[in-house]
Amino acid sequence: MGALEVSGMTIPTDEDGFMEDTDQWSQEVAEFIAKVEGIDMTDAHWEVVNFLREYYTEYKIAPMIRILTKAIGKKLGKDKGNTKYLYQLYPGGPAKQACKIAGLPKPTGCV
Amino acid sequence: MADPTNIPELKDRIEIPKLVEGATSHYKCHPAKEKHLTPLGFPGSRPDDWHDIAITRLGELLKESKSLKVFMDICVKCGACTDKCHYYLGTKDPKNMPVARQDLLRKVYRKYYTLSGKIFGKLAGAEALTEDVLKDWYTYFYQCSECRRCSVFCPYGIDTAEVTMAAREIMHSIGIGQKYTLEIIDKVETTGNNLGIPEGALVGTLEVLEEEIEEETGVKVKIPLDQKGSDILLITPSADVFSEPHIFSLMGYAKVFHQAGVSWTLSSYASEFANFGLFIGGQEHLQKVAQRIADIAREFKVKRIIVGECGHAWRVGYSYWNTLIGPFDFLDPDYKTPTHICEYTNGLIEQGAIKLDKEANDEYVVTMHDSCNVARASRMGDKPGGQFDIPRALIDASCNHHVEMDPNTTKEKTFCCGGGGGLLSEEIIDLRVQGAMPRATSLKQVMDSHGVNFMAMICAICKAQFSTVLPYYDIPRDIVGGIHQLVSNAIQLGTNKV
Repeated sequence: MGALEVSGMTIPTDEDGFMEDTDQWSQEVAEFIAKVEGIDMTDAHWEVVNFLREYYTEYKIAPMIRILTKAIGKKLGKDKGNTKYLYQLYPGGPAKQACKIAGLPKPTGCV
Repeated sequence: MADPTNIPELKDRIEIPKLVEGATSHYKCHPAKEKHLTPLGFPGSRPDDWHDIAITRLGELLKESKSLKVFMDICVKCGACTDKCHYYLGTKDPKNMPVARQDLLRKVYRKYYTLSGKIFGKLAGAEALTEDVLKDWYTYFYQCSECRRCSVFCPYGIDTAEVTMAAREIMHSIGIGQKYTLEIIDKVETTGNNLGIPEGALVGTLEVLEEEIEEETGVKVKIPLDQKGSDILLITPSADVFSEPHIFSLMGYAKVFHQAGVSWTLSSYASEFANFGLFIGGQEHLQKVAQRIADIAREFKVKRIIVGECGHAWRVGYSYWNTLIGPFDFLDPDYKTPTHICEYTNGLIEQGAIKLDKEANDEYVVTMHDSCNVARASRMGDKPGGQFDIPRALIDASCNHHVEMDPNTTKEKTFCCGGGGGLLSEEIIDLRVQGAMPRATSLKQVMDSHGVNFMAMICAICKAQFSTVLPYYDIPRDIVGGIHQLVSNAIQLGTNKV
């Protein structure tokens, strides 16, 4: 349990640094979390984060990994629509690290 | 995700380490907060009279469970279990020796519930429940994955998992729990699955998987959801609709059902086979989580329940369902309840009802990782050892290249993946990596000697754990896969009729 201080705003997080309230998310917050995670946000990183947020807004859950890889394949080229590429972008795992930067709750379960 | 700071070096063989006192005393699972505890009926915080409540609860458990009483009394400290635990082998911490872990509870039992302990105290191995002892309980009973490998070697058959479950149950009675497991139990009880996937997302997800199969094979294979009146209800871990490599097995089940020409369905209400109620001791949540499955099977008027690849849940299904949520007199008595997807598929292969092309998996040299709860807490099929032989029969039916790991690390002697029993959480990544050392060692042996590049398993936790931790040992993530992933690659669609 903790909090991020971004541009004078206090953003509560859980013990693993996932935002408690996804509505507090902004690009600036994402940049901040990414920095903590040691990730330099490129356009490809943003594609993942933006897709995660779009999907979450509609379905209230992070997407199955296959849905994410397919979406990224469509946007960035088929050779990038796979898990390996996602792990290159987010070595901590698309479900955990990318969700964290996208301000989504941490996926729970056998994942 | 935080990277582990202490990754063991893989040796040629699994070595028994020199003891390092307190090596993992600082590894702590995130404690559950009030919001995780109270929905499950546990106190939201530790009461002032926690000591008395805990001792009373221990006394109740001793009365309720004769086995626990026997396990407390019968250990002769022979030491047979000491070097059998993956967490001890990986962490070097003496309190992760099964006997030492049990003794954290046993010494308290002696202090309050044995005459010798009451009179002679420490001389009789007795110790009061103090703040420090409680701290050790929380630390080390959450460094046991309840895998029961130690029990295989115990001459008295002491079941360490039962002791761990009892300790966790006592802690819950005083408002102490682990966030990861309790959050998940609440989620499955309220949403139907561990991930909290709502129905809408589930529908879309299954459509994507159907498209995936069609793109790959050119055949339209349905993954039906909420089809009342289907013959078969498939219950599978929700990770099967979320993660890789899990989804490949789900596509495999779908292809098997398609080719068998049967009517089947998943349920959005009971969209979880995993049952973390097993990990926390007590029957209440074990029963509550499982109940959804019986309720929907009744409502859908299915003839039988088949279950997917999930280790601990197979134990729950095979060993506990009948008393928890039975009798299953509303199902067709011609079928076993539950039926494991592996026995179902194997039956179809034996009948010649599905055909497999082994060459489809020729790129793989496959080995089998037995999952602890399947290996040591259940069976499968009609013969002893079926839980080992049937998954292997599926490998041999799907692949040309299959080699076994060191027999001291397979079948009933298998090593836990290091993430079972509710320990698949991020904050203890060091423990998980170290706990996987024994399995990683025996895997590396067959990688080096036989070029193994696929480790097949039938457990969602094992799949997730290995995918996360093996890369720290320079073993590629994609070596991890499901038995039905191999079946999925090899099954011939549309070539025969039943």
